Amino acid sequence: MNGKSWKYGDNVNTDGIIPARYLNTTDEKELASHCMEDIDPDFVKKAKKGDIIVAGENFGCGSSREHAPLSIKAFGISCVIAKSFARIFFRNAINIGLPIFESKEASMEINEGDEVQVDMNLGKIINLTAKKEYSFTPFADEMKDIIRAGGLMEYVRLNYCQS
Amino acid sequence: MGMTITEKIIAAHSGLEEVHAGQFVYADVDICLGNDITAPIAIKQFERLGINGIFNPEAVVLVPDHFTPNKDIKSAQNTKTLREFARKHQIKNYFEIGRVGIEHALLPEKGIVVPGDLVIGADSHTCTYGALGIFSTGVGSTDLAACFATGKVWLKVPEAIKFVFNGKLNKWVSGKDLILYVIGKIGVDGARYKSMEFTGPVITALSMDDRLTICNMTVEAGAKNGIIEPDDCTEEYISSRARRKYKLYSSDDDCKYCDIYEYDVNNISPQVALPSSPENTRPVEDLSDIGIDQVVIGSCTNGRISDLRIAAQIIKDKKIHPSVRLIVIPATQDIYLEAVKEGLIEIFVNAEGVVSTPTCGPCLGGHMGVLAEGERALSTTNRNFAGRMGHPKAEIYLCSPAVAAASAITGKITHPEYID
Ligand code: SF4
Repeated sequence: MNGKSWKYGDNVNTDGIIPARYLNTTDEKELASHCMEDIDPDFVKKAKKGDIIVAGENFGCGSSREHAPLSIKAFGISCVIAKSFARIFFRNAINIGLPIFESKEASMEINEGDEVQVDMNLGKIINLTAKKEYSFTPFADEMKDIIRAGGLMEYVRLNYCQS
Repeated sequence: MGMTITEKIIAAHSGLEEVHAGQFVYADVDICLGNDITAPIAIKQFERLGINGIFNPEAVVLVPDHFTPNKDIKSAQNTKTLREFARKHQIKNYFEIGRVGIEHALLPEKGIVVPGDLVIGADSHTCTYGALGIFSTGVGSTDLAACFATGKVWLKVPEAIKFVFNGKLNKWVSGKDLILYVIGKIGVDGARYKSMEFTGPVITALSMDDRLTICNMTVEAGAKNGIIEPDDCTEEYISSRARRKYKLYSSDDDCKYCDIYEYDVNNISPQVALPSSPENTRPVEDLSDIGIDQVVIGSCTNGRISDLRIAAQIIKDKKIHPSVRLIVIPATQDIYLEAVKEGLIEIFVNAEGVVSTPTCGPCLGGHMGVLAEGERALSTTNRNFAGRMGHPKAEIYLCSPAVAAASAITGKITHPEYID
């Protein structure tokens, strides 16, 4: 994962990520076209596939709408780095395979526009612009199983469904 | 070490004697819930698995309540997806217009969720049922899809915070004011990932409607669940409604809380949350001259019969302010009918308010009262994020039904005692 960072503050909520006026669809492309619309109306114009969202505390608070991580994933954002994530957003991201990383230092020190790389295997966030490295909070083993399977449905397929 | 009520319910659903905060479990789910926004994604995900049946049709509840009656073609398509899925899998607990209610008012009312249950819902306010001594929490669509297939959910057992309320409630102070007050104190991430347990003499004396309102908004503090130990009030509410056997759990004396907060409610007056966060709370008397364009009384937070009663009591024989639009939405058909019988609807209509069939509608800016740029709404709902009820530059203030009703009459945010 390697991309330019877009920075946001604390308590970015799901109404801001994908407003309810677009919740009458499950079409991922359409959701992607409104990604972050009420937080940053220009987001879809300026951000590119592969870019990274960097935010403060409690990212994704508010509703349970999976449309929020889906719109971010479908837009092509490679991962979200935040000081902390709201609970339902966190599990939705794990379940659908949107990579998310918790790191207070990275969130504070990365500036908008910095080139950032995340190395999952080494467990490191690297700010290529500032030449600094950060670690992120490791996932629990049970969550790693879901991530490794490629999301919760794949995990269910592997563990519960006879082929 | 003892267990909290939340830990006990999770342990009982995980086949374990004991669980403690931080532990991971795959828990058995008694009831799983989806709505017209979240279930279509869950159904899509489930169907990709290519398996025939769902784990237990009795345990699945589908409620198309958000955009009901369907506001446009896309919403109609979504509801159709739910309806066809319900038919195919013989899901009896499918509720559409005429039978619908806002999910979190409907499920307790119908006795579909009962004390001691473990409930997940693809809707963040699933935490409402904690008022009945249920572990219930909001999840996403994929969790719901996995639950359709397996009957299970992955959970990390939450740490618990205890909130003790002492003293005597002031007139016009309701469950809504208590939870707004708490969120104002601890913030929108004050209970992130945690269980909020409410107790003390004030809670014991509260009605079930008020308890449901309190647990409903625990997600607004970031909590995984809110919970109140079942007592006589719980039994009185549920015994005639319950569709299944229920079990009453309580926290052990030696269980562990990561924090305990005690409040003296004598000091609490009606609360208002200012834009654009539920933690932005002030006592209503601190606000002056805040004119409003629209008042909404309804939602899974405050659309129950006692909410309509108090609003009608204040509005009776008066007209709402000429510059205000009042929208009243009973949360379920039963509540609607009761409000008709008691003459409450007549009071709202005479006062020049509108009354709608049960729907989430304006609460999430869906339909039935969407705000224009620069407008200001006062609402008994639970979220006032920018854009929540319509235009991102509209302002939303949150309050109790009493404050909403009083303010609808004066045209500005008003303490109900001025109307009394
Ligand atoms: S009333 Fe509002 S908060 Fe409650 S379920 Fe409906 S949209 Fe969600």
